[in-house]
Amino acid sequence: MSHPEPVYLDHAATTPMLPEVLAAMTEQLGRVGNASSLHASGRAARRAAEQARERLAEALGARPSEVLFTGGGTESDNLAVKGLFWARRQADSRRRRIVVSPVEHHAVLDSVEWLAKHEGAEVTWLHVAPSGRVTPDALADALGDGTDVAVASVMWANNEIGTVSDIAALAVTAHDVGVPLHTDAVQAVGHVLVDFGATGVDALTMTGHKLGGPMGAGVLLLRRDAECTPLLHGGGQERDVRSGTLDVAAIVGLAVAATVAVEGRVERAAELARLRDRLVTGVVGQVPDAQLNGAPLDDVVRSGPGRLPGNAHLSFPGAEGDALLMLLDARGIECSTGSACSAGVARPSHVLLAVGADPDRARSSLRFSLGHTSADADVDAVLDVIGPVVERARRAGMGRR
Amino acid sequence: MRVLAAMSGGVDSAVAAALAVDAGHDVTGVHLALSPDRQTLRSGARGCCSVEDAHDARRVADELGIPFYVWDLADRFREDVVEDFVAEYAAGRTPNPCLRCNEKIKFTAVLDRARALGFDAVVTGHHARLADGELRRSVDAAKDQSYVLGVLTPEQLAAAVFPLGGMTKDRVREIAAQRGFAVAGKADSHDICFIPDGDTRGFLARRLGSRPGPVVDAATGATVGEHDGTYGFTVGQRRGLGVSVGDQRPRYVLGIEPVTRTVTIGTADLAGVEVVVTGAPTWTGAAPELPVRAEVQLRAHGAPVPCEVTANADGGLRIALQEQQRGVAAGQSAVLYEPDAERGDRVLGQAAIHTTGERGETVRHYPLA
Repeated sequence: MSHPEPVYLDHAATTPMLPEVLAAMTEQLGRVGNASSLHASGRAARRAAEQARERLAEALGARPSEVLFTGGGTESDNLAVKGLFWARRQADSRRRRIVVSPVEHHAVLDSVEWLAKHEGAEVTWLHVAPSGRVTPDALADALGDGTDVAVASVMWANNEIGTVSDIAALAVTAHDVGVPLHTDAVQAVGHVLVDFGATGVDALTMTGHKLGGPMGAGVLLLRRDAECTPLLHGGGQERDVRSGTLDVAAIVGLAVAATVAVEGRVERAAELARLRDRLVTGVVGQVPDAQLNGAPLDDVVRSGPGRLPGNAHLSFPGAEGDALLMLLDARGIECSTGSACSAGVARPSHVLLAVGADPDRARSSLRFSLGHTSADADVDAVLDVIGPVVERARRAGMGRR
Repeated sequence: MRVLAAMSGGVDSAVAAALAVDAGHDVTGVHLALSPDRQTLRSGARGCCSVEDAHDARRVADELGIPFYVWDLADRFREDVVEDFVAEYAAGRTPNPCLRCNEKIKFTAVLDRARALGFDAVVTGHHARLADGELRRSVDAAKDQSYVLGVLTPEQLAAAVFPLGGMTKDRVREIAAQRGFAVAGKADSHDICFIPDGDTRGFLARRLGSRPGPVVDAATGATVGEHDGTYGFTVGQRRGLGVSVGDQRPRYVLGIEPVTRTVTIGTADLAGVEVVVTGAPTWTGAAPELPVRAEVQLRAHGAPVPCEVTANADGGLRIALQEQQRGVAAGQSAVLYEPDAERGDRVLGQAAIHTTGERGETVRHYPLA
């Protein structure tokens, strides 16, 4: 049962490249030049990279010098968490504590756990509301007077359940006790308003391929006054915080993608929310005991929507997410169960467990994530099959002990 | 048919899946994750379902263009296979975990789930022939796995496909190489997958602890040594007994008595048995009318022995062997075959060995299941 055109509802994993990104990258890939070289070819490459930096800075409310190009979201998260921890502890050896939410992406969680295991860091896990949100009060409680805290990290929008936290308010709370705040905004950029300068965070992770840009290209926005110890040593290309020859074509593509995504955000977000609401309402109509995970569809925070407009994360009691995914895949519908380990063995999502779901509910969940190519036909396709698919998955789950 | 191909990451299941695709079936690949703490990389020919094995299986599925998933059956495997293995050894018996895995995991847990999800059959890379509901030995006698499939029922066999039974292992590797599968030259699996270091005695010692007892010589009744646990012994075992008896003749394990923790050893002339008493049998097809003359295989890779099978009053079988056999251990399966040189010996069914009789004289009693 192979379908020529799959119904792609996994945009939070990655989203199709924008045609204008492909065009810009293809053009750049045909040119020679190391952005660090001094001759004409090098200067041309440098110019392209720096223009991209400026466009990105403008799209994200940052200054060009605050844009550090990296190899993607995972590297940016690692650099921010480890780099800020090391630099802050070096400046004051009492700062050994990391305050972090338990619903972070593994790029943050595993970095924190590595620091705890190998670098003597102490971890304080933030209390998370059932919606998945971290509140300023929870952050203030965890920080205390802040003297022993090296860094705090709270994601802007959750990759699984789509919950948005009020990062500007959290930044104020952290700064009140002199602690820098990092935020992973990989899922947020292009979907909700992300303004680095106005928010006041010290470091922000974003990546290209969630916006229609290339994979393997990301950014860490790092305030000019933030001290950050490098992970990668070498040529010192990026403010001496990150080394490595710039991938100019990818950087150009990333800038085009970010610009397009940010410029069209308001209209696209409204359309995605409309489609997503149709999807959730339709699914619950057919499977009345399906449960929406995360914040309510119409939830708001100060900066805008309290839930990513393209995110629909649902639990189907009595059915395994694995079985649902497989049955939908066989019908040409592509979605996700949220988290998988490297061997592809489904584990109950750490995010759902952290927000208080029991393991069965966590295992019975599916994430549909919509993006710039989504249309009513995609929602129709899900609604055509979801009832029988859930019923079949429930039967398959019955024999489970 | 919509079929589910169980893909271990080895060459056999890879080729089986490929042949199922060639046969025109709608194939989905599934790798079974059976261990809760999976090794990242495979170590030698031992163990299974490491992350590397899952990767190898996925590579083949991607080349075949079929969907591929990993099913986490670690809990079921632990309950039905690993714990059963430990309990059997604790009770003085010698289990066959591969047979148990086929019975409980591949053709129960996986098959049930596959059927519920809309699949018609499960394809595996076992070396055995299956046609018209009749299970037979592989053409490759050295690789034949019909013994560990002998426990399957007609209902299970009706939903099983074994594409490799008609070809040799060399041919399987040849097909894999022709298709460019990276696993074409991958080492065969040996030993017990959940004991990756191959040290069964060490594994059991960690699970069961020290349970010392005497080693008794059958001829004299004298205690000739001590052991740390009966689980370190299997009937028929000759090496590693840890005792020396004056006459220097080789001794074999004759019996294991778990309550008194007695391991009885004796010389070769005492080690032969010619009657095997079993529990209730399972049949791969219609139950044969008893008594019946057949061949019986008493352990994996054991030679078939002509025998006569009669029914016991308790529902079990009494299997009279034409020639004495050594190393017939309680807990192993007695798999019955109907000899057929042309189409391959046909598996009639199997039953778990309960007790054995030596020379038709005394019957040594082992604990019943």
